[in-house]
Amino acid sequence: MKILVPVKRVPDPTQKAKIKDGHIDLTGASWIVNTFDEYAVETALRLLENGADNTRTAGSEIVVVSIGPDDAAKEIRTCLAMGADRAIHVVAKDEEIDSLAVVKVLQAVIAAEKPDFVLMGKQAVDGDANQVGQMLAGKLGWPQATFAASIEMSKDPVALTVGREVDGGVEYKKVPSPAVVTVDLRIVGPKAVQNGVTPASHAYSGEGARLPSLKGIMAAKKKPLAATKLADYGAAAAPSIKELSVTLPPPRPPGQIVADIPTLVKKLADEAKAL
Amino acid sequence: MGNVIAFCEFTGANLRTSALSNLAFARQAAQHHGGNVVALLVGAGAQAASAHAAKFAPTVVVVDDAKLANYLAETYAPIVATVAKANDASVVSATATAVGKDLMPRVAALLDAGMASDIAKVDGKDTFVRPILAGNAYSTVQISTPTIVVTPRQSEFEAAAELPSAGTVTTAAAGDVNAAGAEFVRLDAQKSDRPELTDAKVVVSGGRGMKTGENFKVLEELADLLGAAMGASRAATDAGMVPADWQVGQTGKIVAPNLYFAVAISGAIQHLAGMKGSKTIVAINKNKDEPIFQVADYGVVAEWEKAVPELISEIKKLKASR
Repeated sequence: MKILVPVKRVPDPTQKAKIKDGHIDLTGASWIVNTFDEYAVETALRLLENGADNTRTAGSEIVVVSIGPDDAAKEIRTCLAMGADRAIHVVAKDEEIDSLAVVKVLQAVIAAEKPDFVLMGKQAVDGDANQVGQMLAGKLGWPQATFAASIEMSKDPVALTVGREVDGGVEYKKVPSPAVVTVDLRIVGPKAVQNGVTPASHAYSGEGARLPSLKGIMAAKKKPLAATKLADYGAAAAPSIKELSVTLPPPRPPGQIVADIPTLVKKLADEAKAL
Repeated sequence: MGNVIAFCEFTGANLRTSALSNLAFARQAAQHHGGNVVALLVGAGAQAASAHAAKFAPTVVVVDDAKLANYLAETYAPIVATVAKANDASVVSATATAVGKDLMPRVAALLDAGMASDIAKVDGKDTFVRPILAGNAYSTVQISTPTIVVTPRQSEFEAAAELPSAGTVTTAAAGDVNAAGAEFVRLDAQKSDRPELTDAKVVVSGGRGMKTGENFKVLEELADLLGAAMGASRAATDAGMVPADWQVGQTGKIVAPNLYFAVAISGAIQHLAGMKGSKTIVAINKNKDEPIFQVADYGVVAEWEKAVPELISEIKKLKASR
């Protein structure tokens, strides 16, 4: 089985947002693999391994694809160090691409790679758009299962039953191969991914995606990373969405610490008129 | 001239409250485009909610078919795209709910439309303001495609008011309903008599400091006293103390009630992103240095074990005095 994992590098969200010339100032920013995409790599690994003895399913392959500037290669290597097998880096400036352009490139990559599933984060934590997975599935005419909090893989025929957190509960949706699945936070829970190979009794740490091991980091240096260009996929650098400006929200007026609960209730009733 | 197609979710004979926010957005967008609002109801039983929808939109299109018994993006997206084309749409919208977020990018793909997700404000015909970086910044974006897809954020658009006279209801055929192999298996519903988290005027949220799900009972008592919805931080939902759909935050629900109680919540930016639009924020935490106190209008430095029961009794006293 082959799983394609599109990943995006994003500025570390713990940094304070700064504005320069009406846009986010990323000078000197530190970068990370988008957390949800990192979880997608983790999910792909859990689908294609025996988590109890750390062996990969024979004949399985995880291919990472990323569209971004030259120095995004570092974040791509992180995914290889986690255990992905090879990577494709489509070199492009961030301002040259939007969701539709990314989808166009991914469609071309998918036509060449023919993966069984595409697994990706539900959204990038910089733009928070939450679009690419659904758009890609729509363009391909594939089924989609978004916001996966759990996945159970069944065989003959291969399908994924995905638990999705929706308004008012958890919906279970079954998608056959090929399909696009986008993952949510809880997909890295201890038993969230069941692949029929890892014993059901096995519990992962539940602490998020695995950290690359030293061995993984060494191995990643030798794994194939193909650098390509937007033009190789017939995608024009003409985004349909233009960012005109960015502003920071005004800070909330300072609040007050009140001495005790009776004072709080009095203030909520008289001052805030909230009770 | 272009119309605004507003996809509206419904339950039984009524539109969901979230759909009324979408219709409020749609009215603004329609003014900019010189067109009309077309409310679109899709699903088995949609006809039942059409009269309610007609109170808010001059035109209602209903696609009611037994094959649409369960929502699937695969079957709904082509219907929305087809109705959009047939009704000369320049904007197609749905509230950014679990369904809206799943469905609309797929619709955008079918229409080759640029999309603005989770918008907070309409700033012109093709220009919208939306939060980025977990709500720490607002981006103004302009979309150049002939058709634009938008998901307005419920908390930023007040529910549309009724029109002076009801609109007209028409029906459209579902066409070929093809799920592309996807199957709805089941919904494990969380039953609750409390208001929906995103609609509630008051929200009571608990965090990691509550320690166990059992301890949330006292917060539920407070919530029921105030007719509030229950919320939680990611730390509490991840620990399995409370259901996942209680999560308030960047990746959970975005809420903006009149009154928000954050109890034993530290205030990580992911949580703040989901609630800092609230009108009045109350924080109760035993540690005075927690970041939640920086966004709170009123803070009480106290252990919840003591503070919450006292809060319940003080509010009861207040209510009795009125």
